[in-house]
Amino acid sequence: MSRATPKLQWRNATKRFGDTTVLRDMDLDVAAGRSLVIIGGSGQGKSVTLKLALGLLTADGGWVSLDGQNPAGLTGRARRAFFSKVGVLFQGAALFDSLTVWENVAFRLLNADGVPRAKARAKALLALEQVRLRPDIADHYPSQLSGGMQKRVGLARAVVAEPDILFFDEPTTGLDPISAGAINALIVDQVKRLGCTAVSITHDLVSAATIGDEIAMLHDGAIVWRGQPADLESSGNPYVDQFVSGRADGLMAPAL
Amino acid sequence: MSPAVAIARAMNTVAYLGSPIVGAARVAGAIAVFAGRALGAALSGPRFVRQTMSQLLAIGFYSLPVVGLTAVFTGAALALNIFSGGGRFNAEQVMPQIVALGILRELGPVLAALMLAGRASAAMAAEIGAMRATEQIDALETLSTDPFRYLVAPRLIAAIIAVPLLTVVADIIGIAGGWLVAVQVLGFSPTVYLRNTLGFVVAWDIGSGVIKAAAFGVIIALMGCYHGFTASGGARGVGRATTHAVVSSAILIFAVDYLLTSLFAHR
Repeated sequence: MSRATPKLQWRNATKRFGDTTVLRDMDLDVAAGRSLVIIGGSGQGKSVTLKLALGLLTADGGWVSLDGQNPAGLTGRARRAFFSKVGVLFQGAALFDSLTVWENVAFRLLNADGVPRAKARAKALLALEQVRLRPDIADHYPSQLSGGMQKRVGLARAVVAEPDILFFDEPTTGLDPISAGAINALIVDQVKRLGCTAVSITHDLVSAATIGDEIAMLHDGAIVWRGQPADLESSGNPYVDQFVSGRADGLMAPAL
Repeated sequence: MSPAVAIARAMNTVAYLGSPIVGAARVAGAIAVFAGRALGAALSGPRFVRQTMSQLLAIGFYSLPVVGLTAVFTGAALALNIFSGGGRFNAEQVMPQIVALGILRELGPVLAALMLAGRASAAMAAEIGAMRATEQIDALETLSTDPFRYLVAPRLIAAIIAVPLLTVVADIIGIAGGWLVAVQVLGFSPTVYLRNTLGFVVAWDIGSGVIKAAAFGVIIALMGCYHGFTASGGARGVGRATTHAVVSSAILIFAVDYLLTSLFAHR
């Protein structure tokens, strides 16, 4: 793939749920090796944007392409192959309750890649170490961990198979500022270590500025601004200004 | 009333009457598509053997007490009813045969399946519904794992194996319940009762119940998984999915029981 071709593209992406249009003709590109953070208020379409890129939702109009493939059209082996280059950290970590920590981290290796259990466990322990978790929690269950530790386990699971692209869904939501800072630092470390592309969605501006090379603001189903983290405070864009200042009055009504 | 208004009212009435039918057809179609994918996943590899064994334990072994207790009391009550009812036309002596026939062909499979609808189908809907609500099913997809193969197929295979096995257990315990009452309360001879039962029962009595049980296993697993998969709206949605799984399983068990009984009746 040439450098000019974006790694990930949304073109005229439209998504409706019943009478509600969540995304309207949204265009967005992410270049290979870059970390893009999509910010925006609640209910503006951030999660839908992510799920379209992952093929977990299908666009009603336009298309999404990751490495030239539209994930929504893939089935069976092609779909599994598509996901083999993707890592996702979900908002609530989405760990499997019935599996131990190491089985969660090694899930793809064990169930999709057919790696033997001993080798998969060794790789899982290494991934846990990379997200600064002690190996003695490997045999614990997710319910025995704090929210911050669950997020780290989710991050270890996302990176263990060394994907080409990482997706982070509200990585710091529900965490205290110190845990959030630790998760942000780990995300930066892992993206750098793997040299991969990253797409994050968040409404946490500290997180956005820490993990993003670029930031795009989504409002009412469309991208209304894109720029560098350093430009957030002085963007001159009324949506960004209101979002950064946290004012309730302005172009954007609070989601009550 | 102008013709335009009359036509509009007539169309509204048609729409009012038609919308539940369209809704029901949509749900039936969705369940059929879900069942097709589930059966496809169950018949194709890779097999998740650990998940299937774990479901066999949950659906089969851990349901033994509830199925056993239901069967023993049903067999005992059936014996009392047939004895007192049969007494009206001096037919008390055929009670062992009627208890055996009733348990093997009808009550064993249906009651075991109803107990499992309340226990296993509800558990499947709740667990899978909670996984849907916490994005664990999305996570499975992103980990290159087909949720139908990982979640649905093991439950379906386990239910098809476990429900017939539990039915055989329910048959034995139900007949034992009838025997216990007949011998201890009604003064039957234990050996004559058993001889009458074993001499009367044919293999098809047991086989037809086991075939029914396998069909009920499919219903229990499909309803539990379908309602869990389609759960939405957080904790309330999971609760609703659980209720729908139990109710739809129970209704389908009765409907399929009648269909299979009418198919088997002339054998």
